[in-house]
Amino acid sequence: MRFDLDAQQREFQQSVEEFLSAECPLKRALAPHDHGRTDLELWRGLMSLGIGGIIVPEGYGGLGLGLLDLAIVADSVGRHAAPGPFLDHALGTLAIVLAGDAEQRDRWLADLARGAQRATVALAEGAGCWLADDWTLDPGPTLTGNKQFVPHAEDADLFVVGCKGGRLAVVIRGAPGMTITAVPSTDAGRPLSTVSFVETPCVLLEQSAGSRLVDAGLVLLAADAFGGASHCVEAAVAYAKQREQFGRQIGTFQALRHQLADMALAVDPKIGLYWYAAHTFDHEPEAVPLAAAMAKASLTETFPRIARRAIEVHGGIGYTWEFGLHVWLKRALFDQAFLGMPQVHRARVASLSGL
Amino acid sequence: MDLHYGPEHDAFRAQVQTFLREHWRSDMDAAAFRQQAVGAGFLYRGIPRQYGGSQQPSDILKARILVEEFERARAPMEVKGPGVQMLVPTLLERGAEWQKQRFIRPTIEGKFSWAQGYSEPGAGSDLASLRTRAELRDGRWLINGQKVWTSYALNCQYMFALVRTEPAASKHAGISYLLIDLDQPGIVIRPMKQITGISDFNEVFFTDAVTPADWIVGRRGEGWDVSKSLLKHERNMLGGIDRAEALYKSMVGLAKRVQRNGRPAIEDPWVRDQIAALKCELETQRLSSNIQISRELAGDPATRLQIMNKLAQSNFAATVSELSNALIGDDALLSPVGNNRPGNERWVNQYMNSLAAAIAGGTSNIQRNIIAERGLGLPREGGIE
Repeated sequence: MRFDLDAQQREFQQSVEEFLSAECPLKRALAPHDHGRTDLELWRGLMSLGIGGIIVPEGYGGLGLGLLDLAIVADSVGRHAAPGPFLDHALGTLAIVLAGDAEQRDRWLADLARGAQRATVALAEGAGCWLADDWTLDPGPTLTGNKQFVPHAEDADLFVVGCKGGRLAVVIRGAPGMTITAVPSTDAGRPLSTVSFVETPCVLLEQSAGSRLVDAGLVLLAADAFGGASHCVEAAVAYAKQREQFGRQIGTFQALRHQLADMALAVDPKIGLYWYAAHTFDHEPEAVPLAAAMAKASLTETFPRIARRAIEVHGGIGYTWEFGLHVWLKRALFDQAFLGMPQVHRARVASLSGL
Repeated sequence: MDLHYGPEHDAFRAQVQTFLREHWRSDMDAAAFRQQAVGAGFLYRGIPRQYGGSQQPSDILKARILVEEFERARAPMEVKGPGVQMLVPTLLERGAEWQKQRFIRPTIEGKFSWAQGYSEPGAGSDLASLRTRAELRDGRWLINGQKVWTSYALNCQYMFALVRTEPAASKHAGISYLLIDLDQPGIVIRPMKQITGISDFNEVFFTDAVTPADWIVGRRGEGWDVSKSLLKHERNMLGGIDRAEALYKSMVGLAKRVQRNGRPAIEDPWVRDQIAALKCELETQRLSSNIQISRELAGDPATRLQIMNKLAQSNFAATVSELSNALIGDDALLSPVGNNRPGNERWVNQYMNSLAAAIAGGTSNIQRNIIAERGLGLPREGGIE
């Protein structure tokens, strides 16, 4: 038994870490919150490392790897609170891998793998309706209806739209009847829009893969949340070692040490949740819905709590805009709500585990 | 990532299952069964044959398979208690040859039972400040002082104890590890009633109690180190996830039995949410244990995760307690003590016992200190060694 990353995965994660450490300093994570513009450059840099092809089959210029390989990138992306369309492009691409027929895969996958085209996903229908069973749009030759909270919709080339029965449809940028309305977004690093369709022409993907796509999204959000929460613990611990008050490091105060220990306890052991869910996605499909729901429920509930705690540990400076910890708190709120709140997934955990 | 046990271990599991099918019956004498299991190489694997063990190479996956299969068959595993879990590994690592020969076999066969003499009224979390003294006089140790929270001392023949033998030495360097026969006039054992009404633990008073000069493990002044002997005891690496799993199952059973708002509690959305959260926590611990095992096998122990296990488990037990209390409702008004056929109020005991888990063997706050220091690298609090 080896429940751990292999050497190749560690090496790949290391290269992503190095890239993000160099290219995504705090200033860059904070920038979209300042000026509201999407950072596509950072995403293009990630794509140049080959992350766009991780889950794309080799025949289409991809690496033919698994969701775990993608999830460890999501972990790093969350750790650095890297702004940009990593999540939505990965899901849009995966939709075509999972549900496209040969012609549809031929048409898009190679471009998506190298980032020549960018995809996003249009799933939510409001009032917490995120899951494939909740989708109401009729999968016709044209689409009519609204989708909410679509990430990076402006300038996206492909929109993967969730339809009734878990079907997935692709709408191409500029299609008639499509309107994109940006909404003010808590996590400015991943700006959202409402997208409306009125008899908008679409390409219906061959397979009905909505639930599986959502499961993959849950895993990637969980991984992002793990990375983000880990960063918050590390930042708080580092600050406690450096900051002095009453003539000594505040990390020597037991009240604070215990808070930090509880924070680490809430985060560290949960890494296995997203690893396992990602692993099942590739190797044990029947185990995915439960594993993905547990990972999403648990990690995206933990992340905001830990981000709050980290800000609290920093005191006044933590509450300032420039110090930047709020970027992780806002990212945490995105991870928590996107694809459904933890309570929704716990209800699924209860049913899926036979309660 | 590979979650399979592999052919060698699958074969081992089959072998264990066959053994249990052929040799275990629930009406059997546990000692006789254990003897057979030792013969088969399934129990006391880290203990050499000459001391009564089965002397098997350390294999954490096999250890886990054994726990899983013995649990499933409800067959007895190794004798529990501080004798087997603490003294025997310590003797193996630091004991004199005659001590190993004399004490290990009867201990693992359940014939010698041991109390752990560590805590004192003035030395709890700060154990090294202990004051029970032993002086070497006329070829034997003369012991005076008091131990406390000594579980099952009334039913034990022996004690392994930390005592101060070098009063002039510094705090930690003045302690020795002694073995003591409890059946002597210099020792008085007084049971203490716990919050459950049961008296498992005791006060032990030493007034000129004696033990032979060579009943010392390690040398004089080495007791602190001896007590920390970290023998690679494969069972200790499993982290106790089996207990959490059993507790979770009982809790689900309770939720199916009891009613809430006129319906089975298991149908109530709030109850389902709470149980699902517990399920997530249990899964977290199971997977964390898998990571720890994998890293151990790879020779790169996940120390930071390991030192979190105890707090994670006592927190889990406390959360289960809160939920079980909510589920049993009015039955929490009833006491399981003095009741021959307790019903749901048995969970009142679990509620109390979960507190013991957060205190015994290092309180939860001490666990947080350990995580802060050894896990997060935070500086020690001023003045604490």
